[in-house]
Amino acid sequence: MAATTTAGTAVADRRVGRARLSDRARGEQRLGWMLVAPAVAVMLLVTAYPLGRAVWLSLYSYRLTDPEGREFVGLRNYGVVLTDGLWWQTVFTTVVITVVTVAIELVIGFAFAMVMHRIVVGRGLVRTSILIPYGIITVVAAYAWQYAFALDSGFVNEWFGLDRSWFAGRWSALFVIIMAEVWKTTPFISLLLLAGLAQVPEDLQEAAKVDGATNWQRFTRVTVPNMKAAIMVALLFRTLDAYRIFDTIFIMTGGAEKTESVSFLTYRQTITRTALGLGSALSVLLFLSVVLIAFIYLKGFRTDLSRVRGE
Amino acid sequence: MRSRRTTVLWALGGLAIVAYTILPVLWIVSLSFKEGDDINNRKFFPSEWSLDNYRTVFDTSLFTSALRNSVGISLIATVASVVLATLAAYAIARLEFKGKRWVLSTALAIAMFPTVALVGPLFDMWRSLGIYDTWLGLIIPYMSFTLPLAIWTLSAFFREIPWEMEQAAQVDGATPWQAFRKVIVPLAAPGVATASILVFFFAWNDFVFGISLTATDRARPVPAALAFFTGESFFEQPTAAISAAAVIVTIPVIVLVLIFQRRIVAGLTSGAVKG
Repeated sequence: MAATTTAGTAVADRRVGRARLSDRARGEQRLGWMLVAPAVAVMLLVTAYPLGRAVWLSLYSYRLTDPEGREFVGLRNYGVVLTDGLWWQTVFTTVVITVVTVAIELVIGFAFAMVMHRIVVGRGLVRTSILIPYGIITVVAAYAWQYAFALDSGFVNEWFGLDRSWFAGRWSALFVIIMAEVWKTTPFISLLLLAGLAQVPEDLQEAAKVDGATNWQRFTRVTVPNMKAAIMVALLFRTLDAYRIFDTIFIMTGGAEKTESVSFLTYRQTITRTALGLGSALSVLLFLSVVLIAFIYLKGFRTDLSRVRGE
Repeated sequence: MRSRRTTVLWALGGLAIVAYTILPVLWIVSLSFKEGDDINNRKFFPSEWSLDNYRTVFDTSLFTSALRNSVGISLIATVASVVLATLAAYAIARLEFKGKRWVLSTALAIAMFPTVALVGPLFDMWRSLGIYDTWLGLIIPYMSFTLPLAIWTLSAFFREIPWEMEQAAQVDGATPWQAFRKVIVPLAAPGVATASILVFFFAWNDFVFGISLTATDRARPVPAALAFFTGESFFEQPTAAISAAAVIVTIPVIVLVLIFQRRIVAGLTSGAVKG
């Protein structure tokens, strides 16, 4: 009997305690949301609402120049896009650019990260200079590379004894586009990899060395497995970024010679042709393909994003 | 002996990196000093260094107005974005509230958003709201797309701040304001500076919104203006003038990189470093 009473009071006490805490917690909830709300509102204003509107517009045949002629067509715009060879051609171009760019960047980025990790003399200079491509305007970088390869003003043909019109063919134009992209974005991937390298325990490296592992063995058996998460995060970010390629293509070829990317095609339909209905269908498909890539990384490759959020 | 050799090898690697980063920049700088027929001499360096292109560019209202727009829009967007992100990051780092993870995930999702997918609807919305081709029309999307980056950078940073020092200062007799200003502000300032630079780089670099949401020199920023630049006359190739303009807008980037190298590297890797 006595035991039950004590137990009862204990429960009551705890309840009071929880109520008091939840009052405080509720205040904290409210303050938390008040502080977060403005940022969330601005972020959603320019993404969630326009995306919803794009979904809605994609169901209409709608040209900005002819607002009266707007009519509901259901999924017909999607049918038009998905049965058009041009769409699949741009998807192919974009995938080629993405895969080649990211693959090259991973290799060069790793080499750069290793150098930045081990270098003693001139460490600050190297880390400063690697930020230049990262910070430079993409349009400026695109012009620099375009002029370097141009038939009239460029030095590349001269240096290598060529007389090639780089932007007159699809693959040579894509080659220059990829070079410019690689130059501009490798620093980003190499800095993420550098952060990953710093996490590989030095004593593991030493132990492997004592056991007689070669440099290559140490790299593949010790370094890479210990920074797998950092590699995957870097790849995810760069893949999504590369897939959205737009600026470089706009400057270098304007989409000529079948170098159009998905982003470029979407821009051309919505802004240049003001075909908002068809363009919105493209926007939605572009968005879905980005979601698909993210999904493949997160579920397929089990990329751990909690590291990115710093939790 | 062996360690000296590896030191030299790594230093050579470093030299290769510097060459890689600097060569295209040197090229556009050298091109911007070429004049007349020199532009098409297909050599890396000009035979005579001339400032003519810079004169042309600064005499072109298309460029000067774009420069004004870029500076104004980027700075305002940076300040606004960093202020909002600081509030949000403080809440995320220090308070317990429901939906915190949702906010972080939303921010992450937005950072991965394909911006081009939004310009169609935004173009339409901005026209009906009357902010198409205005500074505000660019400041808002710049804020939305830089907030995620700023929020992560700052919340990762704020988690590391020893907040109990604020109370310690108050126990020692400081007023709450003094404790905040003398203790918390100096601790938070480096994080805020880092976030500001990353945000500024994004706004300064933007091209997609710049060409889609502007029509005239009222709001058109430099990257977009460069794409429409025609040089001194329509009959002349704009190569050299564009190069000069490109060099001018690269100067702020280089200055920021030189001053804040450590901060930028720390900011870019802040998320990934945490295990």
